[in-house]
Amino acid sequence: MKPTRIEACCNWVEKRFPMSKLWNDHMAQYYAPKNFNFWYFFGSLALLILVNQFITGILLTMNYKPDAKLAFDSVEYIMRDVDWGWLVRYMHSTGASAFFIVVYLHMFRGLIYGSFKQPRELIWTFGMLIFVCLMAEAFMGYLLPWGQMSYWGAQVIISLFSAIPVIGDDLSLWIRGDYVISDATLNRFFAFHVIAVPLVLIMLVFLHIVALHEVGSNNPDGIEIKESKDPWGHPVDGIPFHPYYTVKDIVGVGVFMFFFATIIFYMPDMGGYFLEHANFIPADPLKTPEHIAPVWYFTPFYAILRAVPDKFAGVIAMGGAIVVLFMLPWLDRSPVKSVRYRGGIFKKALVFFVISFLALGYLGTQPATYGAVIAARIFTAIYFGFFLLMPIYTRWEKTKPVPKSLTHTPSLEERIPAIKATLAEMVVTTEVTTTDGRTTSQIKPNPAGIKAVLIRFAKNLKASLE
Amino acid sequence: MIHEDVNTSKRQFLTTALSVVGAVGAGYLAVPFLSQMQPSAKAMAAGAPVEVDISKMEEGQLLRVAWRGKPVWILNRTPEALKTLSAVESQLADPSSDESVQPTSSKNAVRSIKPEVFIAVGLCTHLGCSPTFRPEIAPHDLGADWQGGFFCPCHGSKFDLAGRVYRGVPAPTNLDVPPYRYITDTQIIIGEEEEKTA
Repeated sequence: MKPTRIEACCNWVEKRFPMSKLWNDHMAQYYAPKNFNFWYFFGSLALLILVNQFITGILLTMNYKPDAKLAFDSVEYIMRDVDWGWLVRYMHSTGASAFFIVVYLHMFRGLIYGSFKQPRELIWTFGMLIFVCLMAEAFMGYLLPWGQMSYWGAQVIISLFSAIPVIGDDLSLWIRGDYVISDATLNRFFAFHVIAVPLVLIMLVFLHIVALHEVGSNNPDGIEIKESKDPWGHPVDGIPFHPYYTVKDIVGVGVFMFFFATIIFYMPDMGGYFLEHANFIPADPLKTPEHIAPVWYFTPFYAILRAVPDKFAGVIAMGGAIVVLFMLPWLDRSPVKSVRYRGGIFKKALVFFVISFLALGYLGTQPATYGAVIAARIFTAIYFGFFLLMPIYTRWEKTKPVPKSLTHTPSLEERIPAIKATLAEMVVTTEVTTTDGRTTSQIKPNPAGIKAVLIRFAKNLKASLE
Repeated sequence: MIHEDVNTSKRQFLTTALSVVGAVGAGYLAVPFLSQMQPSAKAMAAGAPVEVDISKMEEGQLLRVAWRGKPVWILNRTPEALKTLSAVESQLADPSSDESVQPTSSKNAVRSIKPEVFIAVGLCTHLGCSPTFRPEIAPHDLGADWQGGFFCPCHGSKFDLAGRVYRGVPAPTNLDVPPYRYITDTQIIIGEEEEKTA
């Protein structure tokens, strides 16, 4: 049969560029484990937000002016006078916070299922570099509106470099390009935020995905699906990424968009957490706002900085909090990957770590009172303890046997009878005859039943930590 | 491929030599690239001295002026305030200002030329926030020992009314005192040192 025109076109390209090979290698014939749960949405969501930041960012640069005299007003101009400017700006500012939420969850997924472990150390390393780039990108982007928080936040962060012995002062002078944060600083941060860091970011995302597709995705059971293959050479427990996971990720995107749109339209400043109130006042080099705190995604590290009563040691501790994350693949000595088959000691350590990370995040938003600093010191110790003691406690832990192939997790549909039974246990249903003779059933909560359910839940929780 | 007549050591030498020359060239190119991020000539020239009239200052008043883009404080200290300076000395990290930055004319117990008039750069020596002026005695948030001074809201560093840092806070040194001199009794020029008489 004579090829159609479209086929002819495709063939023409195919002879010159490996279009279908790329598509097959990375989508249609990239086999991913079949048991991905909701934790696996966050990688593709991060990619979606990256695209959002690129598009809205390009639109914002069309009206923004990177000049200390004009910057603040140009942002207000975007908000008030540019058609849909407010939407584009809120998509960009909310996107920044959403990026960190998604990336933190993505990293936590890697932590609980051991996705950083051999042979995926480089995926984790590239991912951590992406995280550092994101922090640089967010920090430099935050200076651009030239509000009070922009100015004083940048002042504090750039001063961190001056804590480095010998070269510190010259280094921070070089970063600022002036003796104080000024027009020169704003202009170069614009260049970094808009060109330099995004380019590096894109490259790192590429490397992250190339490394991932070389070794294959990990899964909630933490076993290698490539070890058992069917006669056609495909992993028995694997399904092609497209269409299975592309379709599944669309569901994740739908849920994400719901929350994203809610924030953009109803609470774009998120009560001062996504856009801080003091940043609606133009930068004033003579006056620091009464209470300055970084944007929420930096607060855990900021709390660690404040917990140390010495300038250089504080900076080292804050940097160290990120460096230990890089070292994670080599700190963990456990033979199993997933938290499902790990010993109780790791699970308990993980719970302490999560609590201390969230607590540090909260403390970083609060003023540096005596009690807050003491609490931050305790949580900082737990944070570092989780990582630095890991080589010891992961060697001790009694792991459970890892299954040969992926385990079956009941779907929501399969769980419905059990959920119905639990509900029935928690209520008392009585038949009541109403005055007009009809009988209806009256549902009342059953304290004894609720208690029994709660006790069973607590016992299960305790057993799962053993 | 025939390998016998290939002079591999010559190849190796040429490869190494080219790499070295390339690296040196890249190094030279890095100099203009990196130094163009240094403060420009214009930024360096902008540090002109500032003249301040203090004749209208009331007792206990704090005046803020900008010098080289930084906040500079001029505080008219009351006699009571000056008395607190010796009282808090035991709690300070660097009471005699040996580790701190100030012109020699201000390296004394009150860190100023005239005891009443205290001048300092209003930026915390920790990470550069501008501390808040807290002259009141023993406010509830700073504790009963507070004798008045400056409190940095960013990281909780505390300074006394001579800008001297307390022990156990993140700031390593006392607040910087800029070079300044009196033109007349009530006219100060900030950014120029007193002429050396000795």
